[in-house]
Amino acid sequence: MKRLLALLIMLSPLSAHAALNVFACEPEWASLARELGGNDVKVYSATTAMQDPHRIEARPSLIAQMRRADLVVCTGAELEIGWLPILLRDAGNAAIQPGQPGYFEATQFVTLMEKPSRLDRADGDVHASGNPHIHTDPRNILRVSEALAARLIEIDPAHASAHRARSVNFSARWNAAMTGWKTRAAPLKGLPVVVQHKSFSYLLNWLEMRTLATLEPKPGVEPSVGYLASVAAQLQTTPAKLVLRTAYQSPRPADWLAQRAGIPALALPYTVGGSERASDLFGLFDDTLDQLLKAVP
Amino acid sequence: MLRTSLLVAALAAAFPAVADTDLNALRAEIQALKTNYEARILALETRLEQTANAPPAVLPAADSVSPPQSAGNRFNPDISLILQGGYARLGDGNEHRITGFMPSTHDNSPTRGFSLSGTELVMSTSIDPYFRGYLTLALQDEKADIEEAWFQTSSLGNGFSLKGGRFRSGLGYQNEKHPHAWDFADNTLMYRALFGEAYGNDGLQLKWVAPTDLFMEFGAEAGRGAGFPGTDRNQNGAGSVALFGHLGGDVGASHSWRGGLSYLQTRAHEREAHLEDLNAVEATTLFSGKSKTWVADFVWKWAPEGNASERNFKFSTEYFRRGESGLLSCEDGLCGLSSDGDYKATQSGYYAQGVYQFMPRWRTGYRYDRLNTDSVDFGTNNAFLPIASYSPIRHSLMIDYSPSEFSRLRLQYSKDKSMQGLAENQWLVQYVHSLGSHGAHTF
Repeated sequence: MKRLLALLIMLSPLSAHAALNVFACEPEWASLARELGGNDVKVYSATTAMQDPHRIEARPSLIAQMRRADLVVCTGAELEIGWLPILLRDAGNAAIQPGQPGYFEATQFVTLMEKPSRLDRADGDVHASGNPHIHTDPRNILRVSEALAARLIEIDPAHASAHRARSVNFSARWNAAMTGWKTRAAPLKGLPVVVQHKSFSYLLNWLEMRTLATLEPKPGVEPSVGYLASVAAQLQTTPAKLVLRTAYQSPRPADWLAQRAGIPALALPYTVGGSERASDLFGLFDDTLDQLLKAVP
Repeated sequence: MLRTSLLVAALAAAFPAVADTDLNALRAEIQALKTNYEARILALETRLEQTANAPPAVLPAADSVSPPQSAGNRFNPDISLILQGGYARLGDGNEHRITGFMPSTHDNSPTRGFSLSGTELVMSTSIDPYFRGYLTLALQDEKADIEEAWFQTSSLGNGFSLKGGRFRSGLGYQNEKHPHAWDFADNTLMYRALFGEAYGNDGLQLKWVAPTDLFMEFGAEAGRGAGFPGTDRNQNGAGSVALFGHLGGDVGASHSWRGGLSYLQTRAHEREAHLEDLNAVEATTLFSGKSKTWVADFVWKWAPEGNASERNFKFSTEYFRRGESGLLSCEDGLCGLSSDGDYKATQSGYYAQGVYQFMPRWRTGYRYDRLNTDSVDFGTNNAFLPIASYSPIRHSLMIDYSPSEFSRLRLQYSKDKSMQGLAENQWLVQYVHSLGSHGAHTF
């Protein structure tokens, strides 16, 4: 075994020499890191759009990727609390420990919504620092992109000018795209919707849509039939136009309610990879808006 | 607007002789200027209005980082409390011994009736930028056992980490898991026979993770070696050594696995065990010698697209082989006052279990346990002590319901044939609750 160890230690500089290894906890940050890092980064996404980022197993493959990471880009705000600490502990990588430049939490750079006024598990799986699903508002993407570009420059100064150029380029394209989205989304203003989990709070805030009800009785708690029936009854007096869920969530509760209320249920991509068109961040918002606009008469 | 009019008037007054055409051109120009300004002012006004009426939008980044809360306990460690207990319906035998295996000193198999089966207090946090610390107290009536109390480096880098203090050994798969993280209400026969509950040690552990796509982890431990199958021997050197290696990875998005091989070597000095002699009278034996254990483990997990929240399946199995050799002295019963003899034994066993979450909150599982006595030789004591040619087995079925991530209720049925001549039906009802900070779970 000693020989094997020695061999692996000798080989390791070869693999570490190439591009900066970025470990992204979620696909949206993987996509952003690719936009900002270009060919100077090698990005690994720990999760896919088909997986619930709250509930990920600390798999050996993730520890192996964490071991080689130069930069970890995660959401933070306790979204990854069930698995990220294990990866950080078991990977033996000093560069990406919290507090190091190699550890980046996106929620540190935006203001969080829905910060609970009291902390009690009786209220479900509440996040003490607020709703962590910040990337569904493109303005947050822009803020995080500026911070992430600065971080890339800090830990990879050799490619500082290239990182800066890509950041400026991305900001310009993103600002232009945001103007377009906001104009197109005008008919959605004030639209009342029902959501499965509070995954879209930031999106709905940006588009000035209204959330009438949440299908989960408490965050992270699966809806029961009784609770769904009470939501359906509520919709009779204050009707909603749409039921929204993410690609990774079970379609059953949303479909059941949609059928009961006679309104469409939409599986929005939620993150990059959540639909065929959502292959990058631009596609994510293009597809989200198209789906919303198509469903509204 | 007033200004432009004044300007026009002033110009007209100043240059009365200017030709009409020139004046008209000037007027048109000023008019254009005026419309332009009006449009811009209107745009500004609209923007101002929008900003005022807009919902309290997300604030810019600069002032977003919320100031740390002033409370002094922000630096306190993460604390979680495990409440675990239940009800067990077991057979009459007041001592559940595994036939052919020397009982460990630390055996906490379920007790009959209602009982608390484990109350654990867990604290952990980073100590400083270089270390993290962890403590698990197992609270019992009139005492608190320090199950684990260790520090671990977080800054060595290059895949290395060093752990020191009292810790659960990294050998095998189940060993590092505390009872609240088990998939069944009681311990596997294998771990009960090997270590009582699990192998813990006071000492050091050095672990290294390879920088490869395939997960490769190697570890070495040296410690006091006071835990079963060893004993405390009041010496300066290391009383036990453990080595382990694990490999792991994914197969597609839906499958993941981990497998490993571990080795534990320790020594015992006058390790006491009560055995029945050939007349079925209890004799006291004292073992002094070497104990070597090999453990192979394999875990495979499945979840559709890697999304375990709806449905998932977990299979795990471990196999061990233990060899012990040394001296065994026997007292009481047929052995009389004292009878010393050589002792050499090779024993093995395994468990295999599958747990399936068939819908959110609900899981069911089956576990098979089997132990083998491959060879036992008591030397001269063969005349007094029986050699069991019996393979203890057990079947267990369980179903559990987890209202949330923090609570679990479980019902388990076992057909326990771990004692020769007995086939016991066991029913266990268990609750496992965790309070406080959200613990992360290992694979």
